[in-house]
Amino acid sequence: MAEIVIRNLRKEFGEFTAVQSSSFKVEDGEFFMLLGPSGCGKTTTLRMIAGLELPTSGEIYIGGEEVGQRPASERDIAFVFQMFALYPHMNVRRNISYPLVSQGMPRAQVREKVAEVAKILGIEEILDRPVGGLSGGDRQRVALGRAIVREPKCFLMDEPLGALDAEFREHMSEELRKLHDRMGATTVYVTHDQLEAMQMGDKIVVMNHGVIEQFGTPQDIYDKPASLFVADFIGSPSMNFLRFHGSLEAGATEAVLSHQPLGIPALREPFDGDMVYGVRPEHVRLSDSAGYRGEIVAAEYLGTTQIVTLATPNGEVKARIASDQPARVGETVGLAFNGATATLFDNQTGRAIRSDLNEGVLSHG
Amino acid sequence: MSAYSVTAPSRRQQWIAGVLVALYAVITLLPLLWIFTTGFKSPSDAIAYPPKLAFEPTLEGYVNLFTTQTRQTEAYLAENPPESWYEEMVHAKGMVIAGPSRFGERFLNSVIIGFGSTFLSVFLGTLAAYAFSRYRVPLKDDLLFFILSTRMMPPIAVAIPIFLMFRSLGLSDTHAGMILLYTAVNLSLSVWLLKGFMDEIPREYEEAALIDGYTRFQAFRKVVLPQAATGIAATAIFCLIFAWNEYAFAVLLTSGTAQTAPPFIPTIIGVGGQDWPAVAAGATLFLLPVMVFTILLRKHLLRGITFGAVRK
Ligand SMILES: Nc1ncnc2c1ncn2[C@@H]1O[C@H](COP(=O)(O)OP(=O)(O)OP(=O)(O)O)[C@@H](O)[C@H]1O
Ligand SMILES: [Mg+2]
Repeated sequence: MAEIVIRNLRKEFGEFTAVQSSSFKVEDGEFFMLLGPSGCGKTTTLRMIAGLELPTSGEIYIGGEEVGQRPASERDIAFVFQMFALYPHMNVRRNISYPLVSQGMPRAQVREKVAEVAKILGIEEILDRPVGGLSGGDRQRVALGRAIVREPKCFLMDEPLGALDAEFREHMSEELRKLHDRMGATTVYVTHDQLEAMQMGDKIVVMNHGVIEQFGTPQDIYDKPASLFVADFIGSPSMNFLRFHGSLEAGATEAVLSHQPLGIPALREPFDGDMVYGVRPEHVRLSDSAGYRGEIVAAEYLGTTQIVTLATPNGEVKARIASDQPARVGETVGLAFNGATATLFDNQTGRAIRSDLNEGVLSHG
Repeated sequence: MSAYSVTAPSRRQQWIAGVLVALYAVITLLPLLWIFTTGFKSPSDAIAYPPKLAFEPTLEGYVNLFTTQTRQTEAYLAENPPESWYEEMVHAKGMVIAGPSRFGERFLNSVIIGFGSTFLSVFLGTLAAYAFSRYRVPLKDDLLFFILSTRMMPPIAVAIPIFLMFRSLGLSDTHAGMILLYTAVNLSLSVWLLKGFMDEIPREYEEAALIDGYTRFQAFRKVVLPQAATGIAATAIFCLIFAWNEYAFAVLLTSGTAQTAPPFIPTIIGVGGQDWPAVAAGATLFLLPVMVFTILLRKHLLRGITFGAVRK
């Protein structure tokens, strides 16, 4: 097992830059998520780590060794493809043993290893079946088997659950996480599903247009987004954005929106201009005493909670509140925000303005 | 059952389809059957009118095909009694066997040139198609178009330049020359067909193999080739059929050593009057190799491209 360090990694396809000077570090044994919308360069980044694509510039260290320009076969990593890519002309056993055969491992030992892996994954009964007729889940397990059998330095997975249907995904993601906890292998996992990333990951890198927007634990990324993009991409419903204009000193603990002071974590830098007040729906309460007011335009019932949508002078706000709390459409109510959780963003660049809340996180960059 | 049908065909549909297929089979197989039976007729039965459906089968056509014969005097015939059934057959006509005919040689030439050029076309085609499919080749589209453009006119249109070229290169009437020529003609078909098949094979298979520790060539041999077997078999059949049946270049460029069967078979007609049974016998034998080859590779032709291991 090994840690992976990516430094200033860049990939161009002709004129087009798919990945722009990315840097991040995957600790030994971590389950690391590469998250971002379609086309943002996740797969390209992963393929560069694997050696299936050579970087235009930058360095990749696996276990302390610089491998950036080495071919895939010399990197000792395992890759799980989105489409699994099981060799169709071989049965399950041969698929799993194929990586061992390439190392010239003796037959008896290969058999033993394959049996061991099959037991871990619970696929002992299908070992002699052709891969053609397998169900999605079994195919997934065989693909994992082929990856773990060799005990590589790390696992790279490109949306490994993408081909499964929603119900089964959940089950497999749990299985995958358990497998990881048991083996403690460094894993880089690509997904565009923020929920999957939050549930499974120890750390998350959020990418957009080939740029790393933020890098940190799921909690940090959720609570202390470094940019408007991250705040919007993570969470469902996503963070509320109230746009306003103003001028704030370093140390300010209030922002004034529509003549109402709203609490914020003490700022660490001054700012003057167009800003965005960001607050998660669960940190918005309906309160008659609050001065900041909005009109209820919709209420969506979700069992124990409901999502109430309100129109305010600074834009639409969603509040997640208990479902037994009355919320009638058309009513105008007061809105109380939990200021300690709020983040201010520069409306122009989208970056978060430094405050007591996010100071520690932003310095990672 | 079928991967393509939404509903199973009804009984009626099956019946109609069956009749149509049978009809088509009769139309295409009848001439072959005619050639096959003519090969076993006597010369007079072969030209009888109205055509004889029932006749006494004889191997005379095949004997004539494989031997050259000369007329002899009664005295000579009496002195040299026939030693085998075929000599006896020839004696009955007042002739003796002078030696083997050239059919065997010509047939062997066809086999060497046909299979040789097929092997070369498919071998080179597979490598080229793989490169075109997987690598960033400079001017790829132009190269592919250039390769295709060699198909845009009938090959025989360049017969004269090729004839002159072969003469000055000393390739006229040689096996190597004919193999080269047929390979050149077939290569464009082979590259394009195989590129299509290669494009269909997901790259992930090779990439998985590369990551599993195999070299690019090993991945090609162990993972790509088995996947491309269907395409390779189909391409080989097309190439063989062209090379095997080719007539015009063979007439023009070969006359002796490297002459193939197609230009030879018509010459049989002139040997001893119009010997249709011998011609039919030659045609029957000539059909066999392609037939056997196709039947051997049928499994690959019919087997659909395996899907399922990769989800699309
Ligand atoms: N071989 C290539 N040649 C040219 N452009 C490419 C190539 N591979 C990827 N790209 C481009 O690079 C960008 C990033 O692609 P990438 O596959 O890394 O995205 P992704 O984040 O994995 O997206 P998805 O979620 O759709 O898989 C895309 O715009 C894609 O079109
Ligand atoms: Mg991708």
